[in-house]
Amino acid sequence: MAASPYLPTERFARWRKAKSTAVTCVLVLCALAVIAPLFLVIYFLIVHGSSSIDINFFTQLPKPTGEDGGGMANAIVGTMELLAMASIVGVPLGVLGGIYLAEYGSDKANDWLRFAADVLNGVPSIVWGMVVYLMLVVPFKTFSAYAGGVALGLMMVPLVMRTTEEVLILVPQSYREAALALGVARWKVIMVIVVRTALKGIATGVIVALARIAGETAPLLFTALGNNFWNHNLKEPIAALPLQIFAYAISPYDDWHRQAWAGALVLMALILALNITVRILSRDRTHNH
Amino acid sequence: MPGPGSRAPDIAFKWVAALAASMIIVLIVLVGWQLYAGSRMSLSKFGPSFLWSSEWDPVQDKYGALPFIFGTLVSSLLALLIAVPLGVATAIFLTELAPQKLRQPIVMAIEMLAAVPSVIFGLWGIFVLIPWLRDHLFVWLRHYFGFLPLFQGPIYGVSMLAAGIVVAIMILPIITSISREILRSVPNLQREAAYALGATRWEVLKIAVLSYARRGLFGAAVLGLGRALGETMAVTMVIGNRPQISASLFAPGYTLASVIANEFTEATSDLYLNSLFELGLVLMGVAIMVNIAAQVMLKSMTGSGPIKVN
Amino acid sequence: MSTLPEAPSARASSDPIRVATTPNSAATAGLPVENEEVAFDIRNFSLWYGQRQALVDVTIKIPARKVTAIIGPSGCGKSTFLRALNRMHELTPGTRLEGSLRHFGSDLYGPGVEAVSIRRRVGMVFQKSNPFPTMSIAENVLVGLRLNGVRDKAVLQERLEKSLHMAALWDEVKDHLNRPGTSLSGGQQQRLCIARSLAVQPETLLMDEPCSALDPLATAKIEELIQTLRQEYTVVIVTHNMQQAARCSDRTAFFYMGKLIEFGNTRNMFTNPGNPQTEAYVSGRFG
Repeated sequence: MAASPYLPTERFARWRKAKSTAVTCVLVLCALAVIAPLFLVIYFLIVHGSSSIDINFFTQLPKPTGEDGGGMANAIVGTMELLAMASIVGVPLGVLGGIYLAEYGSDKANDWLRFAADVLNGVPSIVWGMVVYLMLVVPFKTFSAYAGGVALGLMMVPLVMRTTEEVLILVPQSYREAALALGVARWKVIMVIVVRTALKGIATGVIVALARIAGETAPLLFTALGNNFWNHNLKEPIAALPLQIFAYAISPYDDWHRQAWAGALVLMALILALNITVRILSRDRTHNH
Repeated sequence: MPGPGSRAPDIAFKWVAALAASMIIVLIVLVGWQLYAGSRMSLSKFGPSFLWSSEWDPVQDKYGALPFIFGTLVSSLLALLIAVPLGVATAIFLTELAPQKLRQPIVMAIEMLAAVPSVIFGLWGIFVLIPWLRDHLFVWLRHYFGFLPLFQGPIYGVSMLAAGIVVAIMILPIITSISREILRSVPNLQREAAYALGATRWEVLKIAVLSYARRGLFGAAVLGLGRALGETMAVTMVIGNRPQISASLFAPGYTLASVIANEFTEATSDLYLNSLFELGLVLMGVAIMVNIAAQVMLKSMTGSGPIKVN
Repeated sequence: MSTLPEAPSARASSDPIRVATTPNSAATAGLPVENEEVAFDIRNFSLWYGQRQALVDVTIKIPARKVTAIIGPSGCGKSTFLRALNRMHELTPGTRLEGSLRHFGSDLYGPGVEAVSIRRRVGMVFQKSNPFPTMSIAENVLVGLRLNGVRDKAVLQERLEKSLHMAALWDEVKDHLNRPGTSLSGGQQQRLCIARSLAVQPETLLMDEPCSALDPLATAKIEELIQTLRQEYTVVIVTHNMQQAARCSDRTAFFYMGKLIEFGNTRNMFTNPGNPQTEAYVSGRFG
């Protein structure tokens, strides 16, 4: 056999192989380290949270420390109300903006709008709280559920806009052409044909955005403020699960800590439920096409 | 030909959509303007020295941003130092090594990690992570690396390092998923070229994959930095909230976002509130610049628009 | 396979001792001479991707320091065969193989044999040129040597010049060796990739349709280069271009549906093929 020059020595070849194996091991360990926190968080949520959850948690108002049987009923309902208000603000703006991007905008304008949406996405959530505080809390001289809903809703806009654009672009051009050829007005084509075809995708995008904002605390601190009682008027402060978890977690009382864990478990379950819904919706979508 | 009657609603609809899309721009201007308006008093009173004054004394109505800028930068950089190697390594594992069956579950776990709200990480940090850090990791670090100023001084648990670790966990998903996208965009031909030269797996990664992807991976890290800077709740809950500049990572600190979260509703004087708004202005300015830099880097890497971030 | 008559060579190949050439007189004329040195001695070689069999019982002796062309319609297994020669197919998960594959006497798939050391001896050039974009021209050429631990500046410089000369690229790049490899034209990039493979002085060079992405002028240069390579190296080239096979190879192997149908002297294969399938293919009636 012809001898080949520059063959590495046996030792050098072994060294290279050992180095490669070592790197492989390090990579595996890193991957384990990355997913470990998830399991540690979920484990402690279940351990600490489930022992504090009972029927009272879902039906009662918070009670002062030392009294048995308090719950977070108002915070759970408050979070739902806030999410609903956020949707009222964020979904129309986001969807219409997405329609503009997909159906009307010039390439150059779209590039800028997309870029702006990504920049807006990077605005720290606490900043939204401050801005809405100046817009809605100072003029009306009170913290309010409205302010909290608007803060969360504004955070939804760039998210919903981008996903709406993406799903609308996927609607085949031939659908639009076929409808336009029938003499249907363009806006009707968009609303009746295009948006309806993509409705499931848009809904998925909205739920993704809701899952993202459901756990947000910082934008609510100086808008919704939090409330230990039922909110009977949206012009007044309202409780929210994340706010309540925060307040209880940094309190010095053990029974409140337990309530914080329970609240965290419920919040996490809500967010997981939203994420699972997204998964089911998007699985159907991939099956249909 | 559509008659004039059918054109009016068409034009109206287009304008409504355009108005909604332009809200994005309006919002950016609005955010910037409101923060500026809210901080006008402190801007004129302190001028640029606000940025490097380290005094934060509400009793005497004197305010300076330095301890918070320091705390924000140090906790974010610590987070990057931990999260970038781990995230990139995991992305490499997922794209280059992991058997097909393992990939989907790991990707799903990472997506779930991204869904955990900040306040839950804070809660977990207070009651699970901090006690462990205080009793084990920090003691160990001080024992073996105590000769470094970084690991000296009393151990409280709540600390700059604790914040760095929690924020690292929170930015891991985004760094991992973007790195994964970047690595997947490395053409297979590059890998084959290296393999055909007789490279080992590690050498293939080094000469063909990582060097090809390094700019994009840097972009992923910068995007992670942008996220880390703005992290509020979890940091507020574990950093100790003390406006000081200390060399020790065991010492408590304070960040821009967390001082706003803690003191905003308690601000008693107008100047106090204005100063908090100016902190917000600084925070947003830095976060947006970092974000823009990351977008530009990722765009040039992939060529086809920004990588989806969510 | 069912539509076409069973090839004589495929039957012959079931005998592990015999060379997979047809007993047909015309092709036998192109048989390797008895004492010719053999680069690859391959017997009863089969390969599966999962459930799908890509190569069926291939037996062939590829001569050393000659150019062997592998032709056949797309999907016939010619690329798979080539990639099995330096174990590149292992990058595709779920492959499985049977039979024996020897390269200058040593078993390619023997116990304890590392793919890394095989690929070091059996280089490969791909369809699309793939220089490393972050490396300069010089670094691209030398990367293989550096991986193998060569640090001596004089050796590196000498190999750099020699490899670029061999690849007929030296005159074009000698003044800007520090420019990125990707700054070159397509044909130059492909020659750079050839130089990169030659730098480690492999015994054999595999080429997987190296000209399919190039214009005729660049193709001519590479074909010319292949002619000079055969003096020192064994070259195995997969091509879908029959003129190319006819122009630049000494031997030609025709694959069809994973089987080696015919193997012989290139001139005989194209002028007087021993097998009706080969004839149909080289005369352009199918494929």
